[in-house]
Amino acid sequence: MTGKGSDGLVVDAEVRRGDFTLAVALAAPSGQVVGVLGPNGAGKSTLLSAVAGLTPVATGRITLAGGVMDDAGAGTFVEASERPVGFVFQNYRLFPHLTVAENVAFSPRARGMGRRAARTAASYWLDRLGLASLADRKPEQLSGGQAQRVALARALAGQPALLLLDEPLSALDAGTRLDVQAELKRHLADFTGPCLLVTHDPLEALVLADQLIVLEDGRIVQEGNPAQVARQPATDYVAKLVGLNLYPGRADGSRVTLTAGGSFVIPDQGQHGDVLAAVRPSAIVVSTQRPRSGSARNTWPAKVTGLTLLADRVRLDLDGQPPALVDVTPAAVADLSLSPGSQVWLSVKATELEVYPHTGRRPGQG
Amino acid sequence: MATRTAPSRLTAQERARRAARGGTSRSVPAPLLAPALIAVAFLLLPLAGLLIRAPWGHMAAALSGSDATQALVLSLWTASVSTGVSLVIGVPLAWVLARTAFPGQRLLRALVTLPLVLPPVVGGVALLLAFSRVGLVGRYLDDWFGLTIPFTPLAVIMAETFVAMPFLIITVEGALRSADQGYEEAAATLGAKRMTVFRRVTVPLIAPSLGAGAVLCWARALGEFGATITFAGSFPGQTETMPIAVYYALETDPNAAIALSLVLLVVSVIVLVSLRDHWLRGSVS
Repeated sequence: MTGKGSDGLVVDAEVRRGDFTLAVALAAPSGQVVGVLGPNGAGKSTLLSAVAGLTPVATGRITLAGGVMDDAGAGTFVEASERPVGFVFQNYRLFPHLTVAENVAFSPRARGMGRRAARTAASYWLDRLGLASLADRKPEQLSGGQAQRVALARALAGQPALLLLDEPLSALDAGTRLDVQAELKRHLADFTGPCLLVTHDPLEALVLADQLIVLEDGRIVQEGNPAQVARQPATDYVAKLVGLNLYPGRADGSRVTLTAGGSFVIPDQGQHGDVLAAVRPSAIVVSTQRPRSGSARNTWPAKVTGLTLLADRVRLDLDGQPPALVDVTPAAVADLSLSPGSQVWLSVKATELEVYPHTGRRPGQG
Repeated sequence: MATRTAPSRLTAQERARRAARGGTSRSVPAPLLAPALIAVAFLLLPLAGLLIRAPWGHMAAALSGSDATQALVLSLWTASVSTGVSLVIGVPLAWVLARTAFPGQRLLRALVTLPLVLPPVVGGVALLLAFSRVGLVGRYLDDWFGLTIPFTPLAVIMAETFVAMPFLIITVEGALRSADQGYEEAAATLGAKRMTVFRRVTVPLIAPSLGAGAVLCWARALGEFGATITFAGSFPGQTETMPIAVYYALETDPNAAIALSLVLLVVSVIVLVSLRDHWLRGSVS
């Protein structure tokens, strides 16, 4: 990935924090939002911290628009205050002793503008983000959504060439989240530089990002466009996030032997070797009698171990070979009189299985 | 199951209090109550004595009959100047102690806070040895600039600063250590260099502690006796501060001594009230 995107951000580095090591290689072209998805402790914030210059890299380098920001080999390091970076922090970190206008004017002022010019620059961004009426408030007088916009305005007012967003919506309640998300998407579309957006919410990543990177345990385990990542998750973590059953196994033409036990008939794609099979919970059919098994249908017995009521359906947790999550209607639960311990039969059409090679990125292949 | 003693009476008021604050009976066991009362009496009786013996009728006369005004004015301005000096040089030192790491830092912290526990008179002797006309540094000040420090108002300020500045330093250092450095990181990503971060973010964020430290420092400087009388002496109008004036007045004019003491008591109460939020809340919460 290195070499291309010299107009954007290129990271090929290792960052160490105590025992934790983050090793990534990524490129974020100008005008693109790269979503960084991963569980807590995966190294998402460490990545942003390194790009912003708050944590130096241990090996490797970071370049922005071809200019070196950090190069451990050459011993070059650009201080955080000298990097053209706008950072929206997870809890915004708005200065509590300054008004909204003073917060937004902070960066122009710190970067050498006069008081009056900085005020003008700030009011431009306040207008642009619809914050003019809040200019004289203190951060403690803002709602979560307003604080988020002020944090974005403050970051943009410094005219950054690169935007970093750390869980920008995680501090918001569910009610305002969607509105703020839609608004954020608009503002990100206006931003011409590269943007890294860290999140642990897959929906946020799917909506806001043009490209996705999945981080687990300090390594990139998957990258691609959001639709592809959602359809063909590479790890259990991503599969859970997007609500898919994911089965690793070995393919042998028309059949996959699953690591978790059992085997599936798959649409014959001539697949061989290590593969992943993904299946939607709603694609699996539950019955109390053994269904007629056909060449294009997989059936196996399973035991209900849990039931969870989701919005308009019930998610069954089933133990079998392989185990599965299955979504059924509440009516079906009653008709089949399902409860924990019930023995049932599961079946899924071969055509409902998404089967793709298991690339199994290992550390170092980054 | 039978209770061991008869049930006690619980008024509606007590019920509400227990419900609000939680816990069981709030009555104090006798072995704790008696010593606690003795401690209260010990601390408050002398102050009561001061108030009872005060020459309320002719306060103005008692004060004007001595060098009180002179001493008060001298005390107020020297304490203020030494607080100012402490802010200018003590806050940067607090920052260095809180935000940097270097070999010997712990030793340095211990040394600069030593005056907190050092008998002030020892501080006075040390200052004398350093800055007297034959002292370590004083000799050169005298030779080169003809500057003699001991027994001048400058000596008063130096003695007060020596004893009081550590109060400011430890207060500010503690505040800097517990301050959320996330704000400083945010300021750095917004393009602020370290000095700008210090001036526009760090200092405003620790302003309450800075204020409390300054008030504490000022109060300590105002009450300074031992180091001052050793290093600066007690020349009325020149180096005789309030505490020293009280000490001498007690021999010659007890009424004036009591009146002067009352003035210092009032100042102390004002200091306590101004520190109330910052200092006393910690013991409650």
